[in-house]
Amino acid sequence: MFGIIDLTMAKITREDVLKLAWLSKIKLKSNEADRLVKELDEIVKYVEQINEVDVKNLDTTDQVTGLTNVMRRDETIKYQAKPGELLDNAPDKEKNQIKVKRVLQ
Amino acid sequence: MNGVYWKPIAELAEDVQKGRSSSLSLVEKSLELIKKNDEYKAIVSVLEEPAKNRAKQIDQRVKKGEKIGRLAGVPFIAKDNFLVDNGKTTAASNMLKPFKSPYQATAINKLEEEGAVCVAKANLDAYAHGSSTEHSDFFTTLNPYDKTRVPGGSSGGSAAAVALGMAPFALGTDTGGSIRLPSSFCGVVGYKPTYGLISRSGVVAMASSTDVIGPLTTTVEDTALVLDCMAGKDELDMTTIERDKKSYYNLAGKGLASLKIGVVKEFFGEGLEDDVKKTTQSVIDRLKKAGAEVSEVSLKSSPLALACYYIICPAEVSSNLSRYDGQRYGHTGSQAKDLNDSYTLGRSEGFNSEVKRRVLIGTYVLSSGYYDAYYKKAQKVRTEIIKETDAAFKEHDILIGPTAPMTAFKLGENTEDPLKMYLTDVLTVGSNLTGNPSISIPADKDKNGLPIGIQLIGRQKNDMQLLEASKKIQELVNG
Repeated sequence: MFGIIDLTMAKITREDVLKLAWLSKIKLKSNEADRLVKELDEIVKYVEQINEVDVKNLDTTDQVTGLTNVMRRDETIKYQAKPGELLDNAPDKEKNQIKVKRVLQ
Repeated sequence: MNGVYWKPIAELAEDVQKGRSSSLSLVEKSLELIKKNDEYKAIVSVLEEPAKNRAKQIDQRVKKGEKIGRLAGVPFIAKDNFLVDNGKTTAASNMLKPFKSPYQATAINKLEEEGAVCVAKANLDAYAHGSSTEHSDFFTTLNPYDKTRVPGGSSGGSAAAVALGMAPFALGTDTGGSIRLPSSFCGVVGYKPTYGLISRSGVVAMASSTDVIGPLTTTVEDTALVLDCMAGKDELDMTTIERDKKSYYNLAGKGLASLKIGVVKEFFGEGLEDDVKKTTQSVIDRLKKAGAEVSEVSLKSSPLALACYYIICPAEVSSNLSRYDGQRYGHTGSQAKDLNDSYTLGRSEGFNSEVKRRVLIGTYVLSSGYYDAYYKKAQKVRTEIIKETDAAFKEHDILIGPTAPMTAFKLGENTEDPLKMYLTDVLTVGSNLTGNPSISIPADKDKNGLPIGIQLIGRQKNDMQLLEASKKIQELVNG
């Protein structure tokens, strides 16, 4: 329980890592990518231990509160933050709107 | 280090309410102890002026005869992933270094309604991703008992701050053990409530199905009081559950003689440090002598809880951290040529290696072709773990074991091996997956003088019973 047992499977490749980075909008330096291939492989091998469990008759647990359909009234409320304050953190603004780089080329 | 720095919180508040002492004097004491202990690097930012102003306002209201609240004038420190007015909230990450929060966490609002004063923000692993506080983007916090060792994480700053007496209580978050582990390493009481008991609105999200907020203090009574002030349904957080109608501070209850305690067999495997094993066994023996009904219980799948957690947690992290796109707040890629660059550069620069690691693992287990084999399967294993835990609670009121397999390790000991670092959570993650309340209580010190914590796990949604048992057990351990 407290140690690492290598029950070899995984086999993450550099290609995998670069694709995952692209999906998560992260740009990796070459040495970062190399390091991550090894690390992700080791971690994924470890978590593959869950394959020991027979999950045939089990449902998924998405949340542990047991709550469903929690509703609230469709009303506007007086909130702590003012609209102007919400824009204070934006790196680029114009006329009370957040400015971003061109979306459509 | 072993000194008692503060009276019980209820007494501090009464002193202020009755005019026997001023909130300003308490806040100044806190600020002084923060300065004095600067070398431990537990604090990211101090809210000196806002705290003093708040304290002065409270003192004036007291003079006018106003009733303040159950935490009247009491200073506290919040982990820097809690959004607080009048200060910065960084989550100890370069991504949020420029961020000024436009609103405040519900938990903070509730504490302030009772008169508490936030004096500082505590250090953490960036985004709470870590077990040692070494992954803070700013600096590492040092263990109050040994400056060459870690305080644990991710709420390392909060735990160290309470251990060093900087405030009577601090706030932390626990997603996989991040309150309980540093509490064990720093010799303080760390409480993880039932999932959903306290609102997470205004707290930087990590893994939404396991994230919990909780207090760090030196006594169970203080824990119960602070918990009572924060617990309750919140319209701003739809995952909050109904709280107990009675006050959690109402801790009377029967003695230890009627308590059915289950010793979790799997928590005592090979690899447990000798002193940790001896201490936990010693507490169990004392509980037997005090008349508790102690028996062994097996949580068969608990050795898989960590594997299960390190699929579910990164998956939810990768989703939660996709909001950091540098467009509305946070670090932005200033050298970006186009929109995609503007997302990517900011995230690459703002996220540290541990954060990136978790985001990538999460993306992997959720990606097409792997979702069923990893994430969906892990959610089923989670169901099995919950079933076993529920079954254990049919025969027992409380489960017991050590909080961690080891005491505080050396700085740098686990930073080169991410998986080894993850293993520090092996005994705590179970309660995060199931949602059960759990607490770490300081029990003893090892041969190097490092604190050892014992862990108690309570019934789902029955924090009252866990707190009552914890109070009695802390008395037994200290007595």
